[in-house]
Amino acid sequence: MNNTPNTVDKKILKVVSNIDLSKLKGAYNIRKDGKLLVRNTTPNIDIVSKKDKDGIDIIIKENTKNESVHIPVILEKEGMNDLVYNDFHIGENADVTIIAGCGIHNESHKTSEHDGIHTFYVKKGAKVKYIENHYGEGNENAKNVLNPTTVIYLEEGASLEMESLQIQGVTSTIRVTKAYLKEDSNLVIKEKIMTAEAQEAKTEFYVELNGENSSTHVISRSIAKDESKQEFYSNIQGNTKCFAHVECDAIIMDKAKVSAIPRIDANDINANLVHEAAIGKIAGEQLIKLMSLGLTEKQAEKEIINGFLK
Amino acid sequence: MLEIKNICFSREGKDILKNVSLTFPDNKVIVITGANGSGKSTLAKIIMGIEKPDSGSIIFNGQDITDMPIDKRANLGLGFAFQQPVKFKGITVRDILNITAKRKLEKCELCRYLSDVGLCANDYLDRELDSNLSGGELKRIEIAMLALKNSTFTLFDEPEAGIDLWSFNSLIDIFENMKNDTKNTIVIISHQERILDIADEIIILSNGTIKEMGKRNKILPKLLLSSKSNRYSKEVKCNE
Repeated sequence: MNNTPNTVDKKILKVVSNIDLSKLKGAYNIRKDGKLLVRNTTPNIDIVSKKDKDGIDIIIKENTKNESVHIPVILEKEGMNDLVYNDFHIGENADVTIIAGCGIHNESHKTSEHDGIHTFYVKKGAKVKYIENHYGEGNENAKNVLNPTTVIYLEEGASLEMESLQIQGVTSTIRVTKAYLKEDSNLVIKEKIMTAEAQEAKTEFYVELNGENSSTHVISRSIAKDESKQEFYSNIQGNTKCFAHVECDAIIMDKAKVSAIPRIDANDINANLVHEAAIGKIAGEQLIKLMSLGLTEKQAEKEIINGFLK
Repeated sequence: MLEIKNICFSREGKDILKNVSLTFPDNKVIVITGANGSGKSTLAKIIMGIEKPDSGSIIFNGQDITDMPIDKRANLGLGFAFQQPVKFKGITVRDILNITAKRKLEKCELCRYLSDVGLCANDYLDRELDSNLSGGELKRIEIAMLALKNSTFTLFDEPEAGIDLWSFNSLIDIFENMKNDTKNTIVIISHQERILDIADEIIILSNGTIKEMGKRNKILPKLLLSSKSNRYSKEVKCNE
């Protein structure tokens, strides 16, 4: 396999991870069509290929500060079905940024699929920012399928902020995020999805607040255009003194369909759980306001969508 | 100059505006006042193109704009400050001011427009125009947008509502600056005596028709007198 990234690789890397390979620093592992393309490690961050299955272990030493790890995946081989297990071991009191994501370039009529199963073991007091972008391009009849699963274990005082973005070219996605929180830990999830044409997106969040004073904030903003379909499920289990706030906000356009199914279970008198869900078309008054500033209706719609998904 | 001719507007069997004709001269502050439901806001919305009249015409600087969409009117120089500012999820104060200016504003310019409405740019620029801002804050931002928009004819629908904590003088300064510096014609819908005080002309609407109009010094004394006598008659009723 040629290990030199081609033009398509470079474009996809730019979109999913905002990477310019010539300037990339820190630890990284770029996977293409099910195989390792390039890898770099640092004294504090090691990346090791798994022996029993496809995937890597990312091991971040305790007290590692201000370092980043990029682990993008590129799929260009038509009909590829790529299943990968990536485990992140974040040492105590580390403070790191992890940028993942998958870009599919599919010129065929076949289905290209990437199922990434990411598990985070975040030790005491560690802080992680995890960014994940999903993107598809290529033949209009191609089927690009991305089914990411993220499992998060937060130890005492640990925190993780996850930002996931999927705005273009993904035919079908089932995104599952599960999290288990111990004392004083905090999980923030910001999800942004835009679907168009006949695309389908389903997202599921399951969060167990097991430790006292654990908290979570889940924010999902999505736009469904054309005939696309979206489903949002969230299930928050408050098992102790804890706080959760789930916000699901969707703009529906054309003939799209959006469902939001929230569930909050308070299993302790001191659990404080809030869910807000709103689905609606772009408000007429928003369009009128922007048009009164001189924007055409189309320009106004674009500004509203861009702002909503920013 | 903006003229409206024979505007009629009715909804659900109710005549909201009945054959209203008016001429708004250039570079004046004109206050439209009148009881709730007298048709003031509808008139302003018809001028901006938000509502379409059943009959009649609107002429702006000699051009018939009756069938012109909102955005084209805005680009011709009309501006409209909403009574209830619109909220946007994700769009920040900085974004909306840039959209209004149609360019990326420098920090110092953003600061200037926000400080004119009593807001500190550092505290507000990156905040979203959503429910995290109070009604009064949204209102001030709305006014800053209109001060920034390069209009020659600006409508304010009850600009004083919700800005109690902010000195009225600042609001009045903005209207005067707009009038003097940008040669704007400013049409304000208001019930506030202090806003009526800065009017060059006052129009009183009542039940969808113009009850009275003219220079401030002619209209305002009568208006104040009638409002005092109304108050007196209410007090009498209460005592009974």
